[in-house]
Amino acid sequence: METLTPEIGQFALVLALIMSLVGATFPLIGAHKKDETLIAMAPSLALGQCLFIGIAFFSLMAAHVTDDFSVLNVVQNSHTLKPMLYKVAGVWGNHEGSLLLWTFVLSLFSAGIALTPSIDAAFKARVLAVQAIIAAGFFLFSLLTSNPFIRVSPMPIEGNGLNPVLQDPGLAFHPPFLYLGYVGFSVAFSFAVAGLIQGKVDESWARYMRPWVLVAWSLLTVGISMGSWWAYYELGWGGFWFWDPVENASLMPWIAGTALLHSVKVVERRGALKHWTVLLSILAFGLSLMGTFLVRSGILSSVHSFANDPERGLFVLIFLVLAVGGALSLYGIRAAKFEYGRPFHPVSREGGLVLNNFILFICAVIVFLGTLYPLFLDAVSGTKISVGPPYYAATVVPLFFILMVAMGAGPLLPWTSRAKLGAILFSLIPAAIVGALALGFALFDMKDVMSAFGFGIAVWVICATAQYGWRVWQKVLPGGSAFERLMRIPRGSWGLMLAHAGVGIVVMGITAAGAWQQSFEGALKEGQSATVGGYTFTLEKVEQHVQGPNYDARRATFTVAKNGKVFATMRPETRLYDQPVVQTTEAAIRPRLNGDIYAVIGDPNNNGGYAVRLYTKPLVSWIWGGALIMAAGGVLALLDRRRFAKRQKSAAPAAAEAGALS
Amino acid sequence: MTRRTLFLVLPIAIFVLVAIGFYKGLYMDTETLPSALIGKPVPQFALAAPEGLGQKGFSTTDLKAGKVSLVNAFASWCLPCHAEHPLLMELSKTTDIPIYGLNVKDKPQDADGFLSANGDPYTAVGADSDGRVSIDFGVYGYPETFVVAGDGTILYRQVGPLTRDILKDTILPLVKAYQKTGTAEGSAAAPDNGQKRAAL
Repeated sequence: METLTPEIGQFALVLALIMSLVGATFPLIGAHKKDETLIAMAPSLALGQCLFIGIAFFSLMAAHVTDDFSVLNVVQNSHTLKPMLYKVAGVWGNHEGSLLLWTFVLSLFSAGIALTPSIDAAFKARVLAVQAIIAAGFFLFSLLTSNPFIRVSPMPIEGNGLNPVLQDPGLAFHPPFLYLGYVGFSVAFSFAVAGLIQGKVDESWARYMRPWVLVAWSLLTVGISMGSWWAYYELGWGGFWFWDPVENASLMPWIAGTALLHSVKVVERRGALKHWTVLLSILAFGLSLMGTFLVRSGILSSVHSFANDPERGLFVLIFLVLAVGGALSLYGIRAAKFEYGRPFHPVSREGGLVLNNFILFICAVIVFLGTLYPLFLDAVSGTKISVGPPYYAATVVPLFFILMVAMGAGPLLPWTSRAKLGAILFSLIPAAIVGALALGFALFDMKDVMSAFGFGIAVWVICATAQYGWRVWQKVLPGGSAFERLMRIPRGSWGLMLAHAGVGIVVMGITAAGAWQQSFEGALKEGQSATVGGYTFTLEKVEQHVQGPNYDARRATFTVAKNGKVFATMRPETRLYDQPVVQTTEAAIRPRLNGDIYAVIGDPNNNGGYAVRLYTKPLVSWIWGGALIMAAGGVLALLDRRRFAKRQKSAAPAAAEAGALS
Repeated sequence: MTRRTLFLVLPIAIFVLVAIGFYKGLYMDTETLPSALIGKPVPQFALAAPEGLGQKGFSTTDLKAGKVSLVNAFASWCLPCHAEHPLLMELSKTTDIPIYGLNVKDKPQDADGFLSANGDPYTAVGADSDGRVSIDFGVYGYPETFVVAGDGTILYRQVGPLTRDILKDTILPLVKAYQKTGTAEGSAAAPDNGQKRAAL
C-alpha cells in the first residue's frame, strides 16, 4: 500500500536535524555569554527535536506495518506474510531503521534532561547542546548515507523478507534495549563535556548525572541478557555467551558503565575522583559508539553485522574521532581546573570503590584487546592471530572472581574514615563459611575447578550481601511493623543489595549450568526413550511439514517423565523458512527454577530415526533471572528518596541514619 | 612534562593511536588480505578428529588427493558459524564437493553437540584444539572458508560467514572451473580471483 507517510517522515527528519543544529550552537553561545534568552531556548529545542524524530520513526513504522513496498527499506526487509510483531520489529532490524531508533532514543533522553527541574539553567543548556551535537551527527549520517525513506520505482509486489534467525521475540526487543543503554551513556558523556566546558565538576554534577547512568546501565543489562537468552534458545545447543566480537562490543560499555556508576558515587559523596569519573563517562559512551562502529563497518565479521559498508564505517569513525577526540582534548585543556575533592582513607568505602574501578577497567581493557588485538596486529605487522573463549577464561574470569570476593566486603566499609578491616572480615565469617561449603560441594561434584570456584564465590557474594542487608535492617529506626521497617530501608541500599545479589545469582547460573549439565546426543526412533539426569524423554512422534505462517517445520513430540510420572510434553522443531530460505532450530525448553530441560530435534538418519539432543541444565535460568534482578537494583537505586529530598535533614531521618551505612 | 600534565594528555594520546588503528582497519580490505596465501600450497598438518565425534580426521595429503575441496574453519562457540551452517548442510547434500571442517579451539563434546544439533556437513573434521593449523592457514576470524585445488593449492579465501550469493557467484564457479583441470596450473579458463571479488 503506497502512502504519503514516507514523505512526512523524511520532512520530519530534516526538521529534527535543523532543531539539533540550532540546539547545538545557540545555547552554547548563550551559556558562554550568560544570555538568558539563548539559554532558555535549549529545553524547547530538545523537546521539538524529540517530537520530529518521533514522527519520522513512527512514519517508517507505518510504512513497515502497512507493507508499503514503494519504500526500499520495506522491500529489502519485509514481506506480506511476515507476522505483525516482526513487521514492527523489522523497523529496527536493519541498518537505516536502527539508526533512526538510535536517534529517537537519544532525543528522548535529551527531552528527559530538558524536563528535569532544578538543574542550573546554563549547565542544562550546555548538556543539551552536547546532546544536540551528537544528534546532529547521526541525523546527518541518516540523511546522507542511510536514508530509510528512499522510494523504489516501479513498486515491487512483494518484499525480500527478514532473516528468519532474527524472527524471534527475544531478538525483536534485544536491539532497542541495547540502544537505550548505549544511548543512555550519551547523557553521562554530555554531562562530562558540559562539566569540562564550565571547568567545574562537583557533588551536584554527580547527583544529577547518576540517575542517568543507572538508567543506561539497567537497560544495557537487560539488553545484553536478552541477547544471550536468544542465543540460548535459538541456536539450538544451549550455549549462551560466545565472546563474539559484537557481544563484546556491548559488554565493554557495560563494564565501563558499571565502573562509572560506582565512581560517580564517590564524586557525589566526597567530591573526589572527578578526573577519573569524567574520563569514564567519556569512555563509556566512546565504547558505545565503538560498538556501533564495529557493527556498522563490517570491520569484524560477525553474524550480527548487517551492513558491511566501509563508507558507513568511515562516517561513524569520523564521528567517534570528533566526539571522543574532542572530549579528550577538552579534558587535556580544562581538567586542570577541577578542584581536588576531600581526602579519604585508602581503606574505606571510597578506597573499595577505587579497587572496584581498577579491576573493572582492567577487565574492559582485556576485552578490548581480545576483540581488537587481532585487527590491530594485522594492521601493524600483517601477522594473523585469533583469540577465542580460552583467552577470556584465562584472563577476565579470574579477575572477575577477585572482584566478587571484594564485592562481598565492600558495602560494609564505612565512608571516608579508616575501616576496621579485621572486624569487618570477622563479621563476615558466616558468609565465608557458607561460601566455602558451596565451594567444597562444587569441587567434589564438578569436573571443572574454575566453575567450582565461581560457584563458591557466587554463594559468598549472596551471603555477604544478605549480611549487609541484616546490618541495614538493624540500623533502621525501630518501631512499626516489619513491613514498615523494610520500607524504611533506603532504596539505594535495596538497589545495592539486589544488584550485588544479582551478580551472585548470574554466576551461580553460569557455573552450575556449565558444570552440572547432562546431555544425550544420538538417534532415537519414534517410541524410543533416553534418560538424562533422571528425566526420561520419550520420542512419541515426529510430524513432517507442519505449516507455520512463513515456514515449513518438522516437529517432534517428546513426553518427559521423572520417577515414572509424566510431567511435561515438549515440541522442538526444525523450521525451513520460505523468504529467504533458511533452516532454523527451535529448541523446546521447559524452564524451571532448579534447571531447564531442553530438547532439540535434528535431521533423520538412514534407519528411520532422528538425531536428537537432550539436555538438563541446572540453574541455567538463574543467569537471566539474576540479570533482571541486577537491573531492578539499578532502577531502585535510581528511585532513592534521598535523591529527591535534596539532602534536607528533616525529610527522612530514618533514611539519613541508614544512609550512614549505605 | 610534569606528572600532572602527563595525566591530562595521556588519554587523548592513547585515543589517537586507537583511532589510527581503526582507520587502518577500515581500509584494510579483509577480502584482499589473503593474497599472500592464494596460489600457495596448503600448510603441512595432520589432525585427528575431535574425540567421540565418530568422524575421521584429515591431513595435507587429503587436500592434495586430486579433488577440489573446501576447508571450513569453525567452532561451536563462534556465532557466525551457526549462521552459515545451513548453507554448508545444503552444499553437502546437493553437491559432492568434499568439505573439510577445521574445528578450532573447541572442546570435543561441544563440537559434537554443535554438529549433532545442526547436522554434520563435513567429509572429515580435524580437531585443531590449540589453533595451530588455523594460524598456519592464516585464519583471522571465524568462520573462514578456503577453496583448495586438487593439488593442494589455495584458490580462494572467504573471511567471515558464507552467504548464498558468495557461494553461487564465486565459490561454485571456481570449484567447477578447477574440477575440470584438477590442478592450479593450466586453468586459464578459471575466473580471476581479484576481479571476481571486486565484482562482489
